[in-house]
Amino acid sequence: MSNLSFDPLLLAVAAPLAVAAAIAVGVPKRLVVKLAYAGFAVPALVALYAWWSFGAAAKEAHGYAFLTSYPTGLGALGIGLKLGLNGISLPLFVLAGIVGLAAGLFALQSNASRMKTYLLLLLVMQAGLMGMFASVDVFFFYFFHELALVPTFIMVGIWGGRDRSYAAMTMTIYLTIGAMLSLLGLIAIYVKSGATSFDLMVLRDTLASRPLGEVAQKHIFGLLLFGFGILVSLWPFHSWAPLGYGAAPSSAAMLHAGVLKKFGLYGLVQIALPLLPFGASQWGHGLAVVAGVGNVVVIGLVTMAQRDLKQMVGYSSVMHMGYAFLGIAVGSVLGVGGVVMLMVAHGLSVALLFLLSTSVYHRTNTFDLHQMGGLSQKAPVLTALFVTATFASIGLPGFANFWGELPIFFALWGFSHTLTLVALTGTIISAVYGLRAAARIFFGPQTEAFARYAAHKAPTDIAWSERLPALILIAALLFVGIWPRSLSSGINRALEGEPAALVASR
Amino acid sequence: MDFNVLRDLAAGNSWWAIWPELSLGCLALFLLVLETVLPKSAHERIPTVSIAGQLAILVALLANLGTANRESFDGLLVQSPLGQLMRVFFLVSSILVSILGRVSLAGRKAPKVEFHHIVLVVAASMMLLVQSRNFVMLFVALETVTVGLYILVSYYRSSPRTLEAGLKYLILGALSSALLLFGIVLLYGVSGSPGLVGRTGAGMYFPGLAAFLDANPHNFMAAAGIVLVLSGLAFKIGAVPFQIWIPDVYQGAPTPVTAFLAVASKAAGFVVLLVLVTQVFLPYGWLVAPILTLMAGASILFGNLAALKQNNVKRLIGLSGVSHAGFMLLAVASAAYVPGAVGAVYFYLIAYLIASFAVFGVMTVLAGPDDSVQELGDYCGLAKEAPFLAGVLACGLGSLAGIPPFAGFMGKLFVFTVAFKAGHYGLLAVAIFGVVISIYYYFGWIRAAYFSDEAALSAQTASRLAGGGTALRVSLAALAAASIILGFYQGPLGRLLSR
Repeated sequence: MSNLSFDPLLLAVAAPLAVAAAIAVGVPKRLVVKLAYAGFAVPALVALYAWWSFGAAAKEAHGYAFLTSYPTGLGALGIGLKLGLNGISLPLFVLAGIVGLAAGLFALQSNASRMKTYLLLLLVMQAGLMGMFASVDVFFFYFFHELALVPTFIMVGIWGGRDRSYAAMTMTIYLTIGAMLSLLGLIAIYVKSGATSFDLMVLRDTLASRPLGEVAQKHIFGLLLFGFGILVSLWPFHSWAPLGYGAAPSSAAMLHAGVLKKFGLYGLVQIALPLLPFGASQWGHGLAVVAGVGNVVVIGLVTMAQRDLKQMVGYSSVMHMGYAFLGIAVGSVLGVGGVVMLMVAHGLSVALLFLLSTSVYHRTNTFDLHQMGGLSQKAPVLTALFVTATFASIGLPGFANFWGELPIFFALWGFSHTLTLVALTGTIISAVYGLRAAARIFFGPQTEAFARYAAHKAPTDIAWSERLPALILIAALLFVGIWPRSLSSGINRALEGEPAALVASR
Repeated sequence: MDFNVLRDLAAGNSWWAIWPELSLGCLALFLLVLETVLPKSAHERIPTVSIAGQLAILVALLANLGTANRESFDGLLVQSPLGQLMRVFFLVSSILVSILGRVSLAGRKAPKVEFHHIVLVVAASMMLLVQSRNFVMLFVALETVTVGLYILVSYYRSSPRTLEAGLKYLILGALSSALLLFGIVLLYGVSGSPGLVGRTGAGMYFPGLAAFLDANPHNFMAAAGIVLVLSGLAFKIGAVPFQIWIPDVYQGAPTPVTAFLAVASKAAGFVVLLVLVTQVFLPYGWLVAPILTLMAGASILFGNLAALKQNNVKRLIGLSGVSHAGFMLLAVASAAYVPGAVGAVYFYLIAYLIASFAVFGVMTVLAGPDDSVQELGDYCGLAKEAPFLAGVLACGLGSLAGIPPFAGFMGKLFVFTVAFKAGHYGLLAVAIFGVVISIYYYFGWIRAAYFSDEAALSAQTASRLAGGGTALRVSLAALAAASIILGFYQGPLGRLLSR
């Protein structure tokens, strides 16, 4: 194992944690803000550096680069902090860095009460997110996920909006069940593989030479599918998501919906599919039906019926997860590659939508779509940004989301024609609710309620402090949309290197 | 009488092997001497002497941590690396109980010095208990622990709830001792029975009994004895169906004593159970394994479901302690076949000690004039008025709930892994169910402390926190830090336990 003298990945995890610790110890107020900027910027810069130098970096087994490992005293059990990136984790690592920076900037300009604690929790969450995707060790992969998850509960509970206490409790229970089931699945792989190691590279090698029995594969994949599925709001275990996102403070919603929720999909793509190919083929068809009908169509229709903007964004994120599950169900390189692209694209676009929804709220004092209207005259830039975000979310060409959904549809066509048609209706549904919401908020006549509020406090256009994080996200969406190869070539190499794991399931 | 026999026996004594216990006993007596010698005005210093003395012993113990397996007193006691670890465990517990006791006793009408005296004696006997390899030794040590705890439980004599707790603990404790003793007698009797192969006169010694049980793996009397011994121990660890005393006694006992019961007494029971299950009762695995499995599942379910509706935090933590006993039994039930199970239980105990004392510490500070009335509502607004205490409480509860990055998560992970290896899939499902329920009530507690706006803290609390002094603050901070650090860096401890 090569130990680099400079470990960028550890830096990305340690920097936000160090800033959080400094805030907890109690540095002066002026320093808090400066330090927090650093705490959010360092991971983003490291992520970009990793992306930039990934192609040239020395690769080890399974396409991992930047590998380092640190013992934590449990070497005998095969647990150790091992960091590295491969073609699948790199795009998500970059996503975590960028969305983290945007969420951090947005939090810094907000006027949240108890700002120090708020920033502290966000920084802990950011450290967890960076660590989650950088971990090669499955134990630490789970560990960092929980490290990021716990602050979410607290942030919803303290800074949340309506029904925050109830929402925090619901989220906690649901996500704990999901996390516990997936933990059991991971322990099952650890025990049954006989590798006595949580190191994903060791697990892959062991299971490539000695695959698990068919029954074991089927059961363990089921555990992981339900566990991870609950965490990614697989229908019908989705009800925590709109409730939680509706109540969560915007930066927490951005980080959770944008990045943290991808944990489950990432776990399925990076761990479950390569290690349990037979299990995946057994569950594939059922998953495709549930995701296609439940997540895409049913939730899509539910989304259309929403009156609350934030709930609508929450439901739409549940719906888009359906496409990702469809790609996983197909299991081909094309489908899974599309899932990874979609994870990045959806992460960026949903974070952008949550951010802009909050900006809309500050100007209309309501999330109720029926009480809005005509904001475009007062806030043209916000209008432009929001419409851009909506286009991205619908999956128009030119945005990253297009390159996520298109491969999934192609892959799905070979899997089942019916399901492809079902899934395609989803694109129409999302266009309907997305555009209708944009039209309601910004165009048309002013409603009475909005006019009354506007008379009381004239709405201003979006300020630069809010604009900057939004522009960062839009830039990333467009960059990937115009140059998808920047990510897809790495993903492709990582997936095609798989030993017969990703065969189209039938 | 042939004195050579006595001389031979005395030759086997190795007093230096139990120096920590001896020095604790001497320290305990020294406290009483100080009380009679010193003027009344200097009595306040005596607890400080006790804590300082224990710290000195702790340092000496840590310096001599590495010990090979060694018998002393003709096989009555065995010193081992894990035994050394448990010595440290009990000493840390007694130090923390002394610190909490000083806070809790301040301003109450109760004798001060005797409390610290008894805590030391109990800690010393717990150390002997976990090292004993002979049933007589075990019973004597266990009774010393239990009698000491009888007194401590009913220490606040003026409160009727405390008296009720004392009485309940006395009666049910005596019952469990009787069960245990009866089991021991049956085992001893049957092992000496002339009609059986492998009969032995050394039935009180664990190795002798183990050899006998190995020769007679299906003897009814022995089986009955084993069941009775397990029942007696189940009382100590508070596992279903011997958990009935827990809520009332935990509520009525002074909070530091509750902590002592919940952590040290439970740990002692578990260590003895582990020794018996892995060394003595092995041939009776057909009997022991199903009993432990049933107890584990029932404890997890009962503890968590009963804790769900509690408003009194002492009852809540007591019932959640039943479920923790269940989680540990999960590993004990597999300890006979799965390597690493013993280490998993030890790690769980250590994580449990750290987390529990963090929570009990906060509870002691917040306790009102009636120590037995501590409701969830009293914690409203804690985060605003005492952020330090709220932070410690959150770390402790997070660890008890088993959430990363806290040590409690590692404990649960080890236990689940062991249960997986042993193939206890049904129990694992129960355990997951239990964890999710426990999240609900632990989180409810945190919610009261953090998410609620109204304040319920009394002015007395602030003075108490100040009165607790640096020792309390430092130990609470250390406990919170330890439960985080142990969550991701186990270091030498991990190496010791994963052997």
